[in-house]
Amino acid sequence: MNFAFTEEQEELRKGARSFLENYSASEQVRALMETDTGYDPDIWGRIGAELGWPSLIVPEEYGGSGFTYVELIAVMEEMGRALLCAPFFSSVCLAGNALLVAGTEDQKQEHLPGIASGETIATLAYTEQNGRWDADGVTATAKKDGSDYVLNGTKTYVIDGHTADLLVVAARAEGTAAADGVSLFVVDAGSAGIERRKLNTMDMTRKQAEVKLSDVRVPAANLMGNEGEAWDSMVKVLDLAAVALAAEQVGGAQKCLDMSVEYAKVRVQFGRPIGSFQAIKHKCADMLLEVESARSASYYAGWAAAEDNEELPVVAPLAKAYCSDTYFHCAAENIQIHGGIGFTWEHDCHLYFKRAKSTEIYLGDATYHRELLAQRIGL
Amino acid sequence: MDFDYGEQAEAFRHELRAWLATNLDPGWRDHVDVVDSEASEDILTNEWIKEWSRKLYEAGFKGIHWPAEYGGRGLSLLEQIVYAEEMFRADAPPAGNFLAETLVGPTIIHYGSDEQKKRFLDPILSGEELWCQGFSEPDAGSDLASLKTRAVLDGDEWVITGQKVWTSLGHIADYCFLLARTDPDAPKHKGISYLLVPMKQAGVTVRPLTQISRIAEFNEVFFDEAHCPAENVVGGVNNGWKVAMTTLGFERGSSVTTQALRFRRELEAFIEIAKSTAGAGGRPKSEDPLVRQELAKAYTAVHIMKAQAYRSLTALIEKGDPGPAGSVNKIFWSEYHRWVTELGMSLRGFEGQVIGPDYALDAEQVAYLFAKSETIWGGTAEIQRNIVGERILGLPKEPKPQ
Ligand SMILES: Cc1cc2nc3c(=O)[nH]c(=O)nc-3n(C[C@H](O)[C@H](O)[C@H](O)COP(=O)(O)OP(=O)(O)OC[C@H]3O[C@@H](n4cnc5c(N)ncnc54)[C@H](O)[C@@H]3O)c2cc1C
Repeated sequence: MNFAFTEEQEELRKGARSFLENYSASEQVRALMETDTGYDPDIWGRIGAELGWPSLIVPEEYGGSGFTYVELIAVMEEMGRALLCAPFFSSVCLAGNALLVAGTEDQKQEHLPGIASGETIATLAYTEQNGRWDADGVTATAKKDGSDYVLNGTKTYVIDGHTADLLVVAARAEGTAAADGVSLFVVDAGSAGIERRKLNTMDMTRKQAEVKLSDVRVPAANLMGNEGEAWDSMVKVLDLAAVALAAEQVGGAQKCLDMSVEYAKVRVQFGRPIGSFQAIKHKCADMLLEVESARSASYYAGWAAAEDNEELPVVAPLAKAYCSDTYFHCAAENIQIHGGIGFTWEHDCHLYFKRAKSTEIYLGDATYHRELLAQRIGL
Repeated sequence: MDFDYGEQAEAFRHELRAWLATNLDPGWRDHVDVVDSEASEDILTNEWIKEWSRKLYEAGFKGIHWPAEYGGRGLSLLEQIVYAEEMFRADAPPAGNFLAETLVGPTIIHYGSDEQKKRFLDPILSGEELWCQGFSEPDAGSDLASLKTRAVLDGDEWVITGQKVWTSLGHIADYCFLLARTDPDAPKHKGISYLLVPMKQAGVTVRPLTQISRIAEFNEVFFDEAHCPAENVVGGVNNGWKVAMTTLGFERGSSVTTQALRFRRELEAFIEIAKSTAGAGGRPKSEDPLVRQELAKAYTAVHIMKAQAYRSLTALIEKGDPGPAGSVNKIFWSEYHRWVTELGMSLRGFEGQVIGPDYALDAEQVAYLFAKSETIWGGTAEIQRNIVGERILGLPKEPKPQ
């Protein structure tokens, strides 16, 4: 029994922390969040070329380094801690996973090397105005026309949708409902008929876009798997993405706890550090309790994803629900513990509070994931 | 127990309702693009709302409970409540000089000299003079009594030096009600005075601070030998702590009566969202048993706030001072509001996170972010609990530093 990172994994995590402390410090995050693209091509280039994070879960035969989901969540946690502004989650955890789970051999050969090197920015165009994550949320259509498919519909809240080179699009055959008839397509984001618009969102550290598809023609070769049978793969992709996002949430929550503890030690009121008041001390202790519990849920889910075992469908929504609640609570408490200064734009508390909310909603909120969990444990 | 307001209050209701029917344009929202929150800069500087405020003032519908000789209407607290109810009912614009009308005005009425009442109260009601609250300092937040800003009497003027922070609306205020140390040798609560200081003068520098909503509504205020007349001290030199506690009592207690009404409207909007947005299985969220539970809890809280307000009001009418019970109300409403605005955002889901250009937020988004500060300003939720524990329950204090 050894439920801990190996020495090598620990090295990877530490390396990520120190890189991000230098290149995703508050000033850099604040500068990038004000841009339209939301990332720094130089830093992103280094993350791909030198650090190789996007290659971690990609097998060597597709240009990756063939590590596992455990390595992935180790770096995701650090990226969450540093609020890294980069298309990592979209390219690797959404589109990368989609290609790995549902892509044909040719599609993997063609697209995974670019994702692994960081040269291809990719994302998943799944949600629509209805904001739903179940199969019925997919209303965009795919119609066979000769040797092509023609896609129509509006995808929105697409992470990095405006900067992506490659989109994995979920669409259904006309007249189908629920899980039946859903297909996935690999679509060049520059295809004719695609119109993209960046959305302004409360969390400025991760960008979302609306992607309109008007008679977008894609060759049949871009269909992932069999027509109309993508739903099971989709479920798996969303589970894997949830595990990655939960790890990011743990990192963010840990950072909120660290900020709170640090401040509680130095901020003096009534002649004592505020951390000496039980009201504050207990808040910090509760945060630690939650963060450590969330970490356990996240690591276990990361292990299940790495093993690709039958526990994944249960532990993924469990982790996403628990880590969402933990992050939001810790981020809110962090503001409260900081008092007036925590309510300012200049202080970083709000950046975490807003990221906590955006990650909570993305992939479905905690209530949604607890419902999924309930269904999957046979309730 | 009796919820009958009595003849006088009902007559006032009648009068106000009739006046509103002829004077308030029900389509006012079409001319006014402001985010609804009582104390926002938007409200205080919007020309249409300023004019509306002025109209209310001229018709005698300002300062309902304030003495008639100083520009008020001279009616009882009950009419003040009736006023809030009718304004709510008519969906009237938020109007007025919020910090002044709710904090410094009542404090001056309670502790001020006749001259102060004559000089300051009327311009508050007419909206001619806006105010800000200069209490908190960088090292004196919860521990307000450790404040360091100094005021020294020089002939017939106070000379003030020091720094205040988180001063809401300091950048547009004409006056500041400020706490300054006037006897550095006295124990910390005993050497403080409550001063009324003009903001537009050479010795005052205001530097805006941006809030998490990206709105720059509070400020750092630097006093560098700023002046105010010697007679601008409220409630006596070195007696400022007691006066400040009265102000904080108002801040914590008095607005609770109107709060329940505002929360009621906000909750109705959330209920609408729940009914009109699809949740699991495509059914309206309002059919989801979990959502129903949450909304029913919210309704309960708002109802309790209203009932609690009637009880507080009864105590206020009898004793004239909200006292420490204000802390109970403050904890209840601020924590309710934080929770319910989070609920509202959850109901909206993705859509609720989309904002306009330049971080433009809608009213619910502002309320959601601003609610984060409501458990901080006016005494944090932790400090309010200490007050409840020590002053209401008589529990021993936490140990002092060695
Ligand atoms: C939006 C906003 C508007 C404001 N407007 C004004 C204004 O117009 N004028 C003005 O003067 N001030 C204003 N304030 C300041 C406000 O009153 C202070 O922020 C508040 O009193 C807390 O002080 P602080 O920020 O220094 O936090 P601190 O006092 O440093 O508190 C930090 C944390 O420690 C906790 N803490 C402190 N002491 C204790 C204790 N004894 N026991 C347990 N916990 C404790 C607090 O609860 C808090 O969680 C405003 C603040 C905000 C956020």
